Amino acid sequence: MKIHEYQGKELLKKFGVVVPRGIFCATVDDAVAAAETLGGKIWVVKAQIHAGGRGKGGGVKLARSLAEVRQVAGEILGMQLVTHQTGPEGQKVRRLLVEEGADIRKEYYVAALTDRATQKVAMMASSEGGMDIEEVAHATPEKIITVFIDPALGVTDAQALQLADGIGVPAASQAQAIDTFRKLYACYMETDASLAEINPLILEGNGTIKALDAKFNFDSNALYRHPEIVAYRDLDEEDADEIEASKFGLAYISLDGNIGCLVNGAGLAMATMDTIKLFGAEPANFLDVGGGATAEKVTEAFKIMLKNPKVKGILVNIFGGIMRCDTIANGVVTAAREVHLSVPLVVRMKGTNEDIGKKILADSGLPIITADSMAEAATKIVAAVK
Amino acid sequence: MSILINKDTKVITQGITGKTGQFHTEKCQEYANGKNCFVAGVNPKKAGESIFGIPIYGSVKEAAAETGATVSVIYVPPAGAADAIWEAVEADLDLAICITEGIPVRDMLIVRNRMKAKVAAGGKETLLLGPNCPGLITPDEIKIGIMPGHIHRKGRIGVVSRSGTLTYEAVGQLTEIGLGQSSAVGIGGDPINGLKHIDVMKMFNDDPDTDAVIMIGEIGGPDEAEAAQWCKANMKKPVVGFIAGVTAPAGKRMGHAGALISGGADTADAKLAVMEECGFTVTRNPSEMARLLKSLL
Repeated sequence: MKIHEYQGKELLKKFGVVVPRGIFCATVDDAVAAAETLGGKIWVVKAQIHAGGRGKGGGVKLARSLAEVRQVAGEILGMQLVTHQTGPEGQKVRRLLVEEGADIRKEYYVAALTDRATQKVAMMASSEGGMDIEEVAHATPEKIITVFIDPALGVTDAQALQLADGIGVPAASQAQAIDTFRKLYACYMETDASLAEINPLILEGNGTIKALDAKFNFDSNALYRHPEIVAYRDLDEEDADEIEASKFGLAYISLDGNIGCLVNGAGLAMATMDTIKLFGAEPANFLDVGGGATAEKVTEAFKIMLKNPKVKGILVNIFGGIMRCDTIANGVVTAAREVHLSVPLVVRMKGTNEDIGKKILADSGLPIITADSMAEAATKIVAAVK
Repeated sequence: MSILINKDTKVITQGITGKTGQFHTEKCQEYANGKNCFVAGVNPKKAGESIFGIPIYGSVKEAAAETGATVSVIYVPPAGAADAIWEAVEADLDLAICITEGIPVRDMLIVRNRMKAKVAAGGKETLLLGPNCPGLITPDEIKIGIMPGHIHRKGRIGVVSRSGTLTYEAVGQLTEIGLGQSSAVGIGGDPINGLKHIDVMKMFNDDPDTDAVIMIGEIGGPDEAEAAQWCKANMKKPVVGFIAGVTAPAGKRMGHAGALISGGADTADAKLAVMEECGFTVTRNPSEMARLLKSLL
């Protein structure tokens, strides 16, 4: 689960990381009032959407007067912000963060994430803050310092120093930088984050180390023990169909192709999508119905797939294990009738009670095309939609 | 022979009294020598009782001491599953198989580091399979986990995969063309897990009753590439490889910095290229896994 920058900064502040003073706003008038409350001569108005790359897309602007705050807040609020992470349609800006200006002398990068290879928390820092870290990794990998933290030990003195030294924090600010790394780690662990990134982490003229941005992602398996994080969820930033699907225990992701697919198991679902592509078409979605599919769940899955107007055909691929093929066949027949299915449907079933399942499909009187292998199913659905 | 488990393995079931635990314990008991293999259950509140004729003990340590069991299978719900794994480790079992899906990553991170610290301090190593996995099976001998037993046949092909249903797919294809399996292992889809592809490939390489292996992977993480590199230098048997997720959109599962740390080498195309370079016979058509393997024998 992702959260907004202003929420991330709230969290960092709670854990003692220094962040700029700022006020979250939903209207232009609020933004001007926020700037007045903050005082000073320079403000930053920042679009709050979950995607990165907001500055380049025109979603972050400086203002040198209250009139300018009003002007840029008006420009940003409601805009369709396009960044490299939003896709070409962009994301509508509904919220702003107005902050005091910062005296930036140097921009660093620091992030914590779980490293699956070492099974430790990786903390990465770089002297090249403010840039896209993937570009830094590509062009100058030696400028990224990584330490691997054992959760039993936390960030050791040697590791903290290695990071601070490695990115060139001046001696006078080193103690605060080290303290910031430790607090970021504490925040990462205690909130069950899967990513906590500060980019940039800045050095101000007076030597203060401050988090100028905050990007978090949280482990969805752990949300049950973090009501405070769940409260940050912003449904406006999520795909409506994916939310709808999750209510029925379905994992759904919409894609760009025209063949809807309904599969049990994430690995088999990806393999089915790959087979569709291999035989000359593109999948319209990823959809894993999970282990305990019922007729109702299958019907909901059909409804969600068919909401996508691009869908010209559907491929169902089920490997019946504990979930029996006859249960799925009944679900498919019920669903096809209930949604008055008007696109071609290919069903491939294997495993437990395969023959009974096939008989149910054949006896239904519906124009369901059956197949024995994934390849055959893909060939048939691709031919049917052409 | 087989890897990790056989008809003489004695198994403790942690979470035996829950709905999932009960359902699958009954299926495992019914499979091959299951009646003799599943010898104990654990639930501190129901110690002294029994279920399906299996005695329930108050702790894994007690169950192991009373029955001589060396393996446990875990169906405990997510919030307590990492503690259940640790209980199996503290009881010095040989192997813990964690079926549970949805364990917080931090819990797995902590328990995996404790397991490694125990071994580093000279303690006995307990292998972990999973979590979020279907378990493993040695056909006609023993099934520990949630896979459908009837699709398997005894034979000489090893199967290892992260995904449950994709393991069944490979097994189903093999059985259909008359090739049985020595063991089929689901290592699970979680980012922090126990046995990895490389560990299972080493076991299949050493198993005199395995002639060839199907290795199935997915996008994300470095594990398949590491296994392939090891195989290039050491594997004596033919391997068919498949990676699911050529069409999966980038960035949907992993954050920004997550893709960075594995150096962008974890797309399906990149992994397939490494596997091919390391001598695997790779396919982009998952319907061809078994037929391709047969052509190598």
